[in-house]
Amino acid sequence: MTKKVKRSILYLILVLIALTQLFPLYWLVTFSLKSNIEIFGANVIGLPQEWRWDNYIEAFTTGGIFRYFMNSVLYSLVTVVMTGLLSAMAGYALTRMHWKFRALVFGIFTLGIMIPTQAALLPLFQVLDKLGLKGGYLGLMIPYTVFAIPMSIMILTGFYKGIPKEMEEAAYIDGCGVFRCFASIIIPIIKPALATASIFTFLNTWNELMFANTLVDSDKFRTLPVGIMSFAGQYSTDWGLIGAGMVIATLPTILIYFLLSNQVQESLVAGAVKG
Amino acid sequence: MERMLGKKKYIAVFVLPALLLFLLFGIAPLITTGVYSLFDYDGIGKMDFLGLDNYIELFTTDRYFPRALRNSFILVGASIFIQLPVSLALAMILSRGVKGEKAFRTIYFIPVVISSMVIGQLWMKIFHSEYGLLNIFIRFLGMKDFEYSWLSNPSTAFLSTVVPSIWQYIGYHMLIFYAGIKSISTDYYEAAKIDGATNWQTSIKITIPLLAPVIKTCMVFALTGSLRAFDLIYVMTNGGPNHASDVPGTLMYNNLFRKGLYGYGSAQAFFIVLECLVLSLVISKLFKRAEENASAI
Repeated sequence: MTKKVKRSILYLILVLIALTQLFPLYWLVTFSLKSNIEIFGANVIGLPQEWRWDNYIEAFTTGGIFRYFMNSVLYSLVTVVMTGLLSAMAGYALTRMHWKFRALVFGIFTLGIMIPTQAALLPLFQVLDKLGLKGGYLGLMIPYTVFAIPMSIMILTGFYKGIPKEMEEAAYIDGCGVFRCFASIIIPIIKPALATASIFTFLNTWNELMFANTLVDSDKFRTLPVGIMSFAGQYSTDWGLIGAGMVIATLPTILIYFLLSNQVQESLVAGAVKG
Repeated sequence: MERMLGKKKYIAVFVLPALLLFLLFGIAPLITTGVYSLFDYDGIGKMDFLGLDNYIELFTTDRYFPRALRNSFILVGASIFIQLPVSLALAMILSRGVKGEKAFRTIYFIPVVISSMVIGQLWMKIFHSEYGLLNIFIRFLGMKDFEYSWLSNPSTAFLSTVVPSIWQYIGYHMLIFYAGIKSISTDYYEAAKIDGATNWQTSIKITIPLLAPVIKTCMVFALTGSLRAFDLIYVMTNGGPNHASDVPGTLMYNNLFRKGLYGYGSAQAFFIVLECLVLSLVISKLFKRAEENASAI
């Protein structure tokens, strides 16, 4: 075999797998814009003959998806901010401050990355119930933050270790307090790592299913993934409508991915590469 | 600075919020699950201590757990022997610098950022017996005998959930491998080139051995991810029909939240934690030699 033939075969493999990865998603987007007549036989894989944007309008207005969407935005934003702040502070203490149980505490957080969330689910359910938080916004924000903290701390401590101490030192000598120094010097320096950690937290929170499905029972506080799942059960024959709901649930993550594909890729494999 | 950063007050303020939250809502529940697993407990009545009876029951009288466990190991096998080799091959081809390298990387990774709820719903539609893509394609080829009701047929239901599980994370592992390959010094390749090695030879003799630590990481991820599998299967079949596609994760979930078997379900949950830990250690042990060889190159 000549080199050229070999190279073409390899290229063909790349293209074929790219198609396998893309085609189901292409199909999803096109059927979200079709009527059942097209989806169920008249036009299964082509572009819509008649672009039914109505599916999207209907999904937003009838299925309560707008409410779920706003809930998911709220859960994700609060989780990202809380996780970022708490783990930036903890990460600072774990790398820059001097204390006895530092290694132990770091070990506990490292362990946290490996806990399968389902192993904590039932007691978490009970304790949130006892505290009167289960079923409300906090009842989901707290678990989300708690289980996002370990990975966020890993990403941030890795970064802290690599930044020189000179700038802080100068500030402290000038009489700057710890809190002010943290807020005005440290936070700006760790911004890139904070962004990486935040992307990771956001994607996991936005897409999370098990906690949201178990810890929330009222429609009012439901997240988008759980909402779409029950929506899909309710309107199971209206594929266009369900498809529209699914695209709506995916759009924010895909948008972020296309805008920041390098950062997103980096943040999702950060744990693997550093660990 | 040293004096400032040694003050207990500051350390407490910085580390305690995250630590207390994590201990209270992360570690304590995990330990509680471990404790529950030793009891007969329905959440309301009193707790009867059983010792390890729940765990013994998993393998003796439970009609569904052995099958669920076997299913999870099929998933592990598919991840390690199908998903990882495909990802590794893609990473190796891409890292040689082909046209459109970045575009390929971006495309392969797209499914990773999508919610498993959406992936599950989408593949449910693909496997739909009447209007699903797969059966429409099969009908188009005229192979009527292969037209199954994929998700409601006990013999195909589980395998139908394996396909999207593999599909979704190919790009994820590809990227980890890719990053690993890119971090290998080009000196090795130049030396190999001078010695007249072919691309294939350099892949087998240099890239793969030097990649041992990364392969280990991916294998541990594939292993633990498969053992704790839940979302996709919950969405697509919820373990059905008649438990044919159950994995320990779905079985546990339904025992806890449908049947109220708090003690028994906790034993299943804790079993997942334990098997993840033990088997990850086994993989690390197996790779120890390979890694030593890698550092000898």
